[in-house]
Amino acid sequence: MVNKTVKSVTKALDGINSGMTLMFGGFGLCGIPENSILELVRLGVSDLRCISNNAGVDNFGLGLLLQQKQIKTMIASYVGENAEFERQMLSGELEVILTPQGTIAEKCRAAQAGIPAFFTPAGFGTEVAEGKEIRLFHGKNYIMEEAYQADFAFVKAWKGDETGNLIFRGTARNFNPLMCGAAKITVAEVEELLPVGALDPNQVHIPGILVNRIFQGSGYEKRIEQRTIRNI
Amino acid sequence: MAIEKKDIAKRIAKELKNGFYVNLGIGIPTLVANYVPKEIEVEFQSENGILGMGPFPIEGKEDADLINAGKQTITSLAGASFFDSAMSFAMIRGKHVNLTILGAMEVSENGDISNWKIPGKLVKGMGGAMDLVASAENIIVAMMHVNKKGYSKLLPKCNLPLTGLKCVKRIVTELAVIDITPQGFFLVEHAPGVSINEIKDATAGKLIIPNNVPEMQF
Repeated sequence: MVNKTVKSVTKALDGINSGMTLMFGGFGLCGIPENSILELVRLGVSDLRCISNNAGVDNFGLGLLLQQKQIKTMIASYVGENAEFERQMLSGELEVILTPQGTIAEKCRAAQAGIPAFFTPAGFGTEVAEGKEIRLFHGKNYIMEEAYQADFAFVKAWKGDETGNLIFRGTARNFNPLMCGAAKITVAEVEELLPVGALDPNQVHIPGILVNRIFQGSGYEKRIEQRTIRNI
Repeated sequence: MAIEKKDIAKRIAKELKNGFYVNLGIGIPTLVANYVPKEIEVEFQSENGILGMGPFPIEGKEDADLINAGKQTITSLAGASFFDSAMSFAMIRGKHVNLTILGAMEVSENGDISNWKIPGKLVKGMGGAMDLVASAENIIVAMMHVNKKGYSKLLPKCNLPLTGLKCVKRIVTELAVIDITPQGFFLVEHAPGVSINEIKDATAGKLIIPNNVPEMQF
């Protein structure tokens, strides 16, 4: 088996430079690569182009990179929970490319699968379609969207093994599997790193071929954005 | 006298049919899950990757890995499944989800919808709304009939940036149930205690009023 493990988050991020395009798994704060984000903050790389469904909150997730003004361009579908984001967007410091959620997912999947572009109905007739090729299929209009081109993908899984096989948990799966193999280098951090053979092949969500580096994460906060309970 | 938001949700719940897979937006649509008729089975999809979404957890059982698209903690029901975001939107774009219920800032008389951006103000983003409205065949909008400034949200044409074209089938507000037809808005039901004239005054787009308009039941 090919061993993909690296001993530390620092080794996992070897080769990161300012100005790169980075993908981050997660939906809100659910399933985000916490360790990799903290390491990016420590490294202080800047002018990053970030692809992530959301942009974190003020003091957690990608919000930490925003605080340090490390992000130049943010590609997301929804950015509502972050005051610093709002300030930087309104002042023009931060370029924001709002993209329909399903389109982000498919642009990742296309990159993973070697498909350069695809057609989607999402956003036809809206400003999302401006400047993009439109094609008519079976009487309906579709927009051409291109696969992302990224340098690093940072994903977080529940369990992984030394050869990079991954298993996700609950709705922390979201964009994580789609970003594996969608960038030049995929870095997976896991809550539990297991020896080869410990995972049932029937249960593997992402095969290790799509992962370049895997490491045991630590100190997961797994913050909840909207703690909501039932009244009984 | 108009009805309350929870009554809008109760009325929309009557649109649910046995065997439906349903996607609920944030706000009033979320409340619809509380009023599913007992005699039918439906499954709720949340676009962040769950089918078979259950109610909020009891205190102490919150799980950071289990949320809905509004980032609220939820539970999963027996028979539920989790999946990635591409699969989730395959369900949506592929028309496997039977009914989409979402909020809106404006709806036009030909069924266009605006619900993601107010120019000059903070733009939060469209999330999954554009994917949902571009493909769903059965879209019900739950919203208030007029905005906070008192202007009608049912217009000849949307003023705000569009989310999708010619997609809304039905609108349920605190005043009325209104369908989108090739001829314009069609008044289906009036809310209890609301006169036809009140609805007419609150609707800027062309409103077709049949001779007999039944009262909304919920």
